[in-house]
Parts: sequence; C-alpha cells; structure tokens
Amino acid sequence: MTHLISRLAQGALVLLATFTISFILVQMMPGDAVLIRFLNPEMGMTPEDIARIRVFYGSDSPIPVQYAQSLLAVLSGDFGYSVQSGVPVAQEIATNLPPTLLLAGLGLLTALGLAFMLAWGAVLGPFSALRRWIGSVPALMVSVPVFWVGITLIQLVSFKLGWVSVIAPGPWEKLVLPVLTLALPIAAPIAQILIRNIEDVSTRAFVPVARAKGLSRGAVLWGHVLRNAALPTLAIAGVLLGELIAGAVVTETVFGLNGLGRLAERSVRTQDIAVLQAIVLISAAGFVAISFLVDLVSLAIDPRLRSQRSLAA
Amino acid sequence: MSDPVLEIRNLSVSYAAPDGGRTQVLHDLSLSIGAGEVVTLVGESGSGKTTTAQSVIGLLAEGARIEGGSIRLLGQEVTALGDAALNGIRGRVVSLIPQDPGASLNPVRTIGGQVSEVLAAHGVPRALRRDRVIELLGRVGLSEPERRFDQYPHELSGGMKQRVLIAIAIALEPALIIADEPTSALDVTVQRRILDLIDDLRRKTGTAVLLVTHDLAVAADRADRIVVLKSGRVQEQGAVADVLRAPSSAYARQLLADAPAFATARVRPVPLGGNTAVRVEDLRVEFVQRGAKTFRAVDGLSFSVPRGTTHAIVGESGSGKTSAMRAIVGLARPTSGRIVIGGQEITSQRGEDLRQFRRQIQLVYQNPWGSLDPRQTVGQIIAEPLTNFEPMAKAEREARVRAILDRVALPPEVLARRPAALSGGQRQRVAIARALILKPQVVVLDEAASALDVTVQAQILRLLDDLQRDLGLTYLFVSHDLSVVRAIADTVTVLHKGQPVETGPVAQVFANPASEHTCALIDAIPGAKRAPTLQGA
Amino acid sequence: MTLQDTLLPRRSRTLPRLHVAIRPGLALAVAVLAVVTLWAMLPSAFTSFNPVAGLPADKLQAPGAAHWLGSDELGRDVLARLIFGARQSLAGAVVAVAVGLSVGSLLGVLAGSVGGWVEQAILRLIDVLLSIPALLLSLALIVILGFGTVQVAVAVGVTAVAGFARLIWAEVVTVRRSDYVEAAFGSGGRFFAVLWRHVLPNALTSVLAYAAIQFGWAILQISTLGFLGYGAPPPTPEWGLMIAEGRNYMTTSWWLTLFPGLVVIATVLATNAVGHALTRRLQ
Repeated sequence: MTHLISRLAQGALVLLATFTISFILVQMMPGDAVLIRFLNPEMGMTPEDIARIRVFYGSDSPIPVQYAQSLLAVLSGDFGYSVQSGVPVAQEIATNLPPTLLLAGLGLLTALGLAFMLAWGAVLGPFSALRRWIGSVPALMVSVPVFWVGITLIQLVSFKLGWVSVIAPGPWEKLVLPVLTLALPIAAPIAQILIRNIEDVSTRAFVPVARAKGLSRGAVLWGHVLRNAALPTLAIAGVLLGELIAGAVVTETVFGLNGLGRLAERSVRTQDIAVLQAIVLISAAGFVAISFLVDLVSLAIDPRLRSQRSLAA
Repeated sequence: MSDPVLEIRNLSVSYAAPDGGRTQVLHDLSLSIGAGEVVTLVGESGSGKTTTAQSVIGLLAEGARIEGGSIRLLGQEVTALGDAALNGIRGRVVSLIPQDPGASLNPVRTIGGQVSEVLAAHGVPRALRRDRVIELLGRVGLSEPERRFDQYPHELSGGMKQRVLIAIAIALEPALIIADEPTSALDVTVQRRILDLIDDLRRKTGTAVLLVTHDLAVAADRADRIVVLKSGRVQEQGAVADVLRAPSSAYARQLLADAPAFATARVRPVPLGGNTAVRVEDLRVEFVQRGAKTFRAVDGLSFSVPRGTTHAIVGESGSGKTSAMRAIVGLARPTSGRIVIGGQEITSQRGEDLRQFRRQIQLVYQNPWGSLDPRQTVGQIIAEPLTNFEPMAKAEREARVRAILDRVALPPEVLARRPAALSGGQRQRVAIARALILKPQVVVLDEAASALDVTVQAQILRLLDDLQRDLGLTYLFVSHDLSVVRAIADTVTVLHKGQPVETGPVAQVFANPASEHTCALIDAIPGAKRAPTLQGA
Repeated sequence: MTLQDTLLPRRSRTLPRLHVAIRPGLALAVAVLAVVTLWAMLPSAFTSFNPVAGLPADKLQAPGAAHWLGSDELGRDVLARLIFGARQSLAGAVVAVAVGLSVGSLLGVLAGSVGGWVEQAILRLIDVLLSIPALLLSLALIVILGFGTVQVAVAVGVTAVAGFARLIWAEVVTVRRSDYVEAAFGSGGRFFAVLWRHVLPNALTSVLAYAAIQFGWAILQISTLGFLGYGAPPPTPEWGLMIAEGRNYMTTSWWLTLFPGLVVIATVLATNAVGHALTRRLQ
C-alpha cells in the first residue's frame, strides 16, 4: 500500500517536472505565454485590450507568479486558446481525443493479437526452420517506417486489389487500413519482447523440473513460462503508449483522419504552442497512469512483490 | 537380482559446436542400477555427469544428440521414444531432484500447485490431489503442510524448497530417482539432513537412486556403487568400499588424494608469542535495514593471528563471515571494535591513509570469473597494484610481474591473454599473483578455492601453502567448508548468526568442539563415515 | 524512449536462437551500409542525373532503361535523388546519435559514478524525458528550434538522450558493483583511475552496440519528420520528403513511394543487423 502511494507521488512529481520544463521552454520562446494564450482573433481584442489583460493576468509579474498561475490553470483543465482555430485548447482536445482513442485501442488490440501469433509461431511452430523464419519477422517489421506502411497499404489493398474503398468508405471500413498501419510496427517489438522473454524464462531451472514431472512442452509453456514472461513484457506498456501516440500522428496524417495526432501535426506546422503543450502534458499523464496500472497488474501476478510490499508496510 | 532398473549401454552423446561441427561429450558410457540401489556418478565439471542424467530422463539440452548406445528403464528402451511417450514415463517411472532448489520452483505459483501438477499429469483425479500433496509435504519433513500448500517458493528457505522438490520426485513412487547435485547449493548441515531424507525415503519405497555429485565424500557416505567419470569416459566403477580402498585408475587415485574431506588435519606447531599480524577486538558490524531497523551481522568478534600462520573464519550462509571479512580488508566500516593489521589500527583510517593501508592486506575473491577485468590482459591485471603504488620504469615493472607469475606457476605466455582465455584455476593464480605483487603482510582468501573443481582446488591450496612458507605470509581464510579448513588452517573461529561460538587451534576445535553448533558442523562433513578406514589403509 | 530501447542490449545471456537467422545476412548488411555511405560521400560518382533540376519532358516515367527507378513529377531521376538523399539521412543520424551519445553518456556516467542526490536528480530527469513520447518530444523541440535538417537531427538526438543516459547509468552501476572494480580499489586504485581503467571501458562496450541500433532508429525518425514536412524544404532530396511528395501521385506512379521506402528499410535493417552483431561480439 505504501508502495503504491509512493509510486503515485512519484508519478505526480514526474508530471510536475514535465509541466515545469514545458513552462520554461515556452518562456524561452519569442513572444510571451499570456500573449499566446489570449491572442484569439475571435475575441476581437485591440492591442489596448491585450495590454490590459496582460496587466490583469500579471504577465509583467515575476516569473514564479506566472508559473503558479499557469500551473493552477492547467490543473483546472484550462490550457489556453489555440492560435490556429481560436477555440479553447481543452475543447479542441475534447473533440479530437475520442477518434484517436478508438484508433489507438483497435490498433493495440490488433497488434497484441499479431504479436501473440508471431510469438507462438516462433516458439512452438512445427519446424525449426519455420520457427526461425517467424522469429526474424519482427526484426524486419521494426525497420519499416509507419508512414510508408500506410501509403503502401493504400496502394496495394485499395488501388490494386480494391478490397477497401478509400473514396467515401463506411465508418468502419474507413478504419481498417489505419488500424493495420498502426498495428504492424507496434506488433513487432511486442512480439520480439515476448519471444525473448519466453526464451529467457525457458532457460530457467524450473522449466526442466516441470518437464521432469511429465508435462508436455505446451503445458509447461502455458502453465509456467508465460506468466513469468508476462512480467517483463508488461514493463513496456508505458513505452507502448508513446509508440501508439507517435503512430497516431503519422497514421492520421497519412489517412487524413481527424484526431489528436493530426492536431499535434497541425500545431507544429502552425506553431500553435498551447495546443502542443496540452498534448504533451496529456501524453505524459497517460504514461504515468499506465505505469501505475502496470504496477497494480504486476502485484497481482507476482507474489514476491506482494510479500515485499506487505513487509515494508 | 532381477532386471536392473536402469541399464545404460555404450551411450554416446554429442553437442553442436559453435563452429558447426559436433563435440562428443559422452563416450561409450555403460552403467546399470538395480532395484533399491544407490549409484553415484562422480566427476568434475564438464565430465559429462549431468549430460548422462539428462539423457536418462530424456531432457537433453537443445543441440545435444544421442549418437549411439541404449538406455533401458525397467527393460524399456527410451532413446527411441517420442516426446509424448516420454511424458508418460517422466515423473512416474523416473523423476528428478534438481541441483539448485532456489531456482527450480516457479516463483509465481504456489507450492501446492506445483506438487499437484505431477499427480495431475499422470491422471490422479482432482478430488484426491490436495490430500495427497499435503501428505507428501508432511512425509518430506515440512512442518505445517497445510500452510505450505498455499505458500509461494520465496516464503521458504533453501532446504525447505529442496524438500518440496523431493516431494515432487517421490510423489508417484518412481522406480528411479535422479538426484543431480541435490545439495551442492545448500549449507553443510542442511545438506546432511536432505541426504538423510533421500536415504530414508529410498529405503521405505525401494526406489533406486542415481546420485550425481562432484563430491567424492558425499558419494562415499551415500552410495552402494561409484562410477567415476572424466571427460565423458568412465574411469572406474565398483563398490564404494573397493573404489575408496584400492582405486584402480590413476584419476580416481588423484581424486581421492585431492578430496579435502579425506585429508588429515594439519599438524604444525602454532608459533606462540610470536609477532601478531592481525588482531581483531570486539568487532561489530551493523546494517540499517528498511524501516530503520538495524541488523547485527557480526557481534563481538575477537581473534588474533600470529605472523606466518593461517586463521580460518568458518560459518554457514548468513553467519556474518563475509561482513567480518569486508570490515577487516577495509571495504566496509565496522560499527565498533578495533582492527589492527601489522601494528596499525585501521578502523579510523580514511582517504589516502586507507589507500596506503591497502598495501598491507590484499584480498583474493571467491569467484575468479568476476574478480578480473575482462578487458585487461593478465599482464595489465597483475601490474595494476604496482602502477597504483610504486611508479617505476616499465622494464622493472615487467620483471616484477614475470617474477610473480613464475611464483604462482604460470607460464609467461599468459601475460598477453585476457581472463576469458584462461581456465578457472589459472584465473585464480592470476588473482593470487595480483594480491602478492605488493608484498603484503596479510592475504585474505574469501572462499578462494570453492568455485573450483577438487583437483584444481587441491593445486591452489598447495600453491598457497608453498607461498606462505616461502614468503612468510599470514592468511585469513574465509570458508564454509570445514574439511578444507581442517586441511590448511592453523587456527579457526566459528561464526554462527554473527556470534563467534568457538575460537582456537584447528586440531583442538575438531577434537573437542566446545559449542553445539561446531559439533553439528563437524558431524555434517560428508565422508566422515569412511574417512577413518581410509586413514587406516 | 522507444520500444527498441527495451530490446537492447543485455549482458551474458545464452545465444539467442532468433538472431542466428540474421547472421548469414551480416555480410549483406555491411555491404548495404557501405554502399549507402559511399552514396553519401560521393553521390555524383553513382549517377549522372541532377537530383534537383529535372527534365520536364521525362516527368513521371516508370522505371526503365533511362530512369532505372523512374522519374518524378518534375522529371527528376528517382535513383539520383535517393543517392543524393543518403547524405541528408546519414549526416542527420550521425548528428542525432552524437547528441544522444554525448549528452546521455555525460548524464549516465555522472549519475552512475557520483551517486547520491546527483544520481537521484538525473534519474528523475530521465523519467521525465521518458514519460513524453519520443515523437511528441521531437515535435515540441522542432516548434522551438524551427524547421530544417539540423534542427530535426538535434531534436531526434535529444529524444535519444534519456535512453543512452539510462543504459550507461545501469552499465556503470553494474560494473561498479563488480568484484574486479572492488579489487581495483582494493589494490590501491584511486577513484578516477578506476573509473578510467575499468568502469568506462566495460560500461561503454555495450553502449557502442546500442549506438549502432540507435543510428537506425534515428534514420527512421528523421525520415518520419521529413515526411511530415519539418525537415529540409523541397527541392532537397530527402528520403522521407520524397515519399511525402510521391504520395500525391500514388494512384499512378507507385515507384515514387515504393523505392524510397525500400531504401529506408534496407538501411535501417542493415544498421540493426550490425548493431546486434556488435552486441553479440561484445558479450
């Protein structure tokens, strides 16, 4: 219990540091943060208005005060305004988050399915040549740029084979290729880590002991190896989130889908700092949340962690 | 006697070599085990004893292949069987007690689950399993078997884990149990209890046992017959008494001569009133644990070592011997007490003083694989203390290195090699050379021979003895192995849970141990049963 | 930082069965890298076409005798642009790895050898860097630094810092705890002598292999940022940018996207293979 609380506190600290660094970077930019935040054309402000607001919000006040103010604002969900659209950043995020979550969720599921299939094939496949061949597929897949996968899939599946329409597709049909694009490069490292962990665990001393009981290869893999191999594999979940977000940026751009990724891409093109800052902070929060979840799941799987923790408490 | 339980004939096994060829590791091995018989397979690392055990149970490592010969279990040929058929045999006809109990149980599954599995694999109905498992856990001497059922491996000690593994091995009363170094990872007192347990269960069920060990003394105590292996070939086999009394092969004779358990105690007059090289007074070492509790690793340790003699600090794991040693060589700071080396108090020294002090006392580590920098050449390794303390011309330094290399009986060719190209014994010689090049007064030997094979160990111990005589060195020998201590030390301190329970001349301690713990340690030394008859012969 | 980080490098394991498959391909990988490096150094030795100015009469030609890999919408030879683009990618990756390696080594060695609150502070900083997805971090840096080849390379390099720092820290800590380092202190070595003689050489060997793999990763990242249009401006021949430009003609001219993609894949695959071989060799 104390462990979980300290992990939460650590996560909060990481987020605070992330915010602080982004605040410092924004301060270093030409122009100033308040100006960026209130430079909303739809507000129709004259330079005098802005000057008044600057005084009101204390943009001339010392940096620490500004820091405290923007921290409070971010904590209450106020990320300022988008320069590009003039809409509050929070609103931009709210409209763009759901499609990205759907895309990323489907992509992750597909990737996990693919990864397990590859790992299973590489470990239990019928011939050693085939096992080796399947085992080397992920190494190839990590070397392929995501955007190229998307473009090539469109050319192959839509144009050449005509399986999926890109012109006016249905709501689900529209997602097939993006999900695949996102899943292929993510499945590869998951499969690599799974295969490696399975091989590592297979060399541990309890595996021949289990075989000596008269259990079959498959039963030992299922009953002994997988659970031990799952632990280190879980540790990459946070990194996986980062990969999914990066994948979303590229995939949404290639397929012209709306979402957080495309928003990020646009905010860089238009120098829309407030939007990008919000996306970075939200991703970091997601990373911290996932790491915490991984901690919980590891506790459930590994009895050693449980008893250490109870001793410490 | 009826059909043998196990009959191996002309077994040859090879491994895939890195260069694509094959290396043969077993050559025409033949042995047989009758019902209820205990046969030990004795050999050094790389002799093929584990490969033999793996072949019998059909679990050879990947890349290994049986080239020829036959293995019959209860008359049935097993080399030709497929995996499915072997699964029916493993656990039911032949079972395994593995080497390292710490790693041999799955850490994320309960004890009960792991014992039940062997029953489930051979068709014992679910309803009966729990009771059977609890009964088995009780039979192997585990207290509170019901509670153990739901515990996880990390909640048990090493000895208890080995009992669980024995429970798995005897669950279906197989005809043959293969025990592969079942106790080499355990403390000597635990080792004895585990071997007693295997003996006891074997007698009750009439199971045959193939005991694989590197320790001739264990073989002498426990077996009916001995098979001596070297480089994949049988050197000698026969009844234990015959092999021990009159070994016919040169290799078996050497093994016998080198086994510390059969060596007689060192009888050497202890110089009294001479110069004291090391004096430790009321040494206490404490560690702050999680939750700010202090753990007292060493408490009230006092001894003194006359110059030119060997003092041993003996204890089981957790006795505090390593903490004491680290404080004495200045790698850890004691909580209180005095350590005087060559008349110099060292506990108060820091910084440059401490660095200068290190010239007087050098440490040789247990593991020659970890204590030499893999990226340096042997020449660089041995010369390093000189570069630290005595800047001198290159030619002079090289001459000193060559001289010390000669002292530890290594050829000059090894100077340009890296540790990876040396054998374990050679590496330990390099480590000794590095320790000696500064001409220290005291050399601390931390289990300095226990990672090596017996014959190599004996060579290193002889080398240390010669060096001591020629250079007047004082040794502090830290060990868990009483038989080695008896062979090389003059005086000894026995540590138990951080407390010194006994200090005195070796002969006296062995003849009249004053503490119960020392008695238990001495009793547990394997080979004790046979040793007297040997001395008579 | 990336998923590849978690795959690399590890000490003293049994030979991974998987990588055996790559071994015969090692010679091929080295050959690919050699060719791409030569392209980067002497591009005009490999093609007579101008990579920037095209022949309008030759526009959008399919691969054939004149243009081996076809030509683009301005009549520029695709192969020539690929050859001249090698310099962009390789130089960018070199800058990125140099930034990551130098800053990361500094932080990692400092944290691992000094310890105490310095170590804690650096580790927390690494945590923060790791909590931001690599691509977003480089996007944020590009917003601040502006668009351009060098900016992109530096941004990718900064995202690699945390991975390098963490690896080097872990290596230094492992080496520092080893018996041979203790033995070096025991035989009278001073802190910096031991650091220089034992800790750094042993810690940095696996870092070298990591740098090789990171090099391939940097090429991928740079091509991604180039594709998004943040790198070198047109008409610079850059592999990622070429694919982005070729997208507009993908219904008709498949060669504009296919070949640049294959070149990126071959280069990254080759660096990975060499990196893995290095990892194995060093263990």
